[in-house]
Amino acid sequence: MLEEVIIAGFGGQGILSTGMLLSYAGLAEGFHVAWFPAYGPEMRGGTAYCAVTVSDAPISSPLVAEPTTLIAMNLPSLEKFETTVKSGGIIIYNASLINRPPGRQDVRIIAVKANEVAESIGNIRVAANVMLGAFIEASHAVSLNSALESLSKVLPPHRHNLIPENQNALREGARIAGAADR
Amino acid sequence: MEKVLMKGNEAFGEGAVRAGCRHFFGYPITPQSELPHYLARRLPEVGGVYLQAESEVAAINMVYGAAAAGARVMTSSSSPGISLMQEGISYIACAELPCVVVNIMRGGPGLGNIAASQADYFQAVKGGGHGDYRLPVLAPASVQEVIDLVVTAFDLADKYRNPVMVVGDGILGQMMEPVKLGPPPEVTTPPKPWATTGTLGRKSRNIINSLYIEPEELEKVNLRLQSKYRRMEEEEKRWEEYHATDAEVVIVAFGMVARIAKAVVDKMRKAGIPVGLIRPVTLYPFPDQPLVAGSSGPVKAFLVAEMNAGQMLEDVRLALCGRRPVHFYGRTGGMLTSVAEVEGKVREIWEGLK
Repeated sequence: MLEEVIIAGFGGQGILSTGMLLSYAGLAEGFHVAWFPAYGPEMRGGTAYCAVTVSDAPISSPLVAEPTTLIAMNLPSLEKFETTVKSGGIIIYNASLINRPPGRQDVRIIAVKANEVAESIGNIRVAANVMLGAFIEASHAVSLNSALESLSKVLPPHRHNLIPENQNALREGARIAGAADR
Repeated sequence: MEKVLMKGNEAFGEGAVRAGCRHFFGYPITPQSELPHYLARRLPEVGGVYLQAESEVAAINMVYGAAAAGARVMTSSSSPGISLMQEGISYIACAELPCVVVNIMRGGPGLGNIAASQADYFQAVKGGGHGDYRLPVLAPASVQEVIDLVVTAFDLADKYRNPVMVVGDGILGQMMEPVKLGPPPEVTTPPKPWATTGTLGRKSRNIINSLYIEPEELEKVNLRLQSKYRRMEEEEKRWEEYHATDAEVVIVAFGMVARIAKAVVDKMRKAGIPVGLIRPVTLYPFPDQPLVAGSSGPVKAFLVAEMNAGQMLEDVRLALCGRRPVHFYGRTGGMLTSVAEVEGKVREIWEGLK
């Protein structure tokens, strides 16, 4: 098993934390995991992305040139990474902010209105975890339960009050991807 | 034991705390800034001192002062910042004081860029500053190994009263990997009767100095330093071997590139090609034994892979003295060598052997 996921969007959308959540979920299931951030002149409101590798073999490099999945939270991210996704891979895009569906014919494409879903849950900041929930349902790379339980490791103790909203985000994302399957 | 995810840079900081380091002086620079950031929070928790200096030159001289007073002390920077520290490191080496310097290497020369690189190999292992001195240099290849080797670095610094450098690259600094922390190691700091902590009733004063006006006197200092370096060469060489004993082509690589090389070894072995890896863990003293042993065994050729234009390559050639052909593959400017590239080079060498 080798999942190489790029999660990309605006700084402040929770991109790096969502990547950590996927890493912890993989770790909880006994996989090798690595997380690698873009560390150029990133800033709030600018672009941000991270690469997460989940593998049953030791990971040689945390850099991901050809992701198996792209989670794109905004249009610049989709434009930057769309062509890099491996044939047969997955693109999950945030249809709340991206009005142009990806053009690739050789990958599975899932639209998730992550901002609307997050707002209906009551917290726009959980949008990235809506996307992660969709990824988990679409890929079965890790179990949803592992992600739900790993939230307490990613969120600092004084933010543990946000765990229920984030759990709802993961579940709702998974439900949307599951429905898209049918 | 539960594993936690930790950034390489943070692991350098946590490793220092576990080694009993309670003093850090530094100045921020990408891609290592999470290291001082981590210690700014962590050191006060354990009664330590974190201080951001006004420059790298100031930071290394603060390290000099704290080391003279007998403290376990560390600084960290990235390539251009480490260049600024070289004068101070040379003074500390001459004054024979223990400290740990971390270099998270980035693309050079010049201001270069903030991507990962191994282009400071020469600077690290051949002295770096002026004068005839050496530092033990350790090169971890995973976040877990960072934690473990930083502790080793402090022990070596005290054992030899010498600065020790730990080098990583921007990828190792920035990546997160699972680590097992476990209970902190038993820290035994040797007595430091030479430290400048006040006479405490003694008649004689301790003097820390790197100025020796008389050449006869300075030569004696140099001879003492050189005998210390010979002792390091006897006692401190460390390396890891991976499928090396029956290999006909052996890749020599350190740090992140050694991980790439491991993936290449696995791929080649699956294809029935006997490839192995020797990963120097100490870059100085350079572990020449496994290379020499390999050259008297089944190894037909060596491939050195680095993120530079061929620096460790020279030490590999020196170790082998022409016993076997030594090939090279490297990327520069902050580019990481890929598995496919190193694999291509190995296949080319393998074809040439037939």
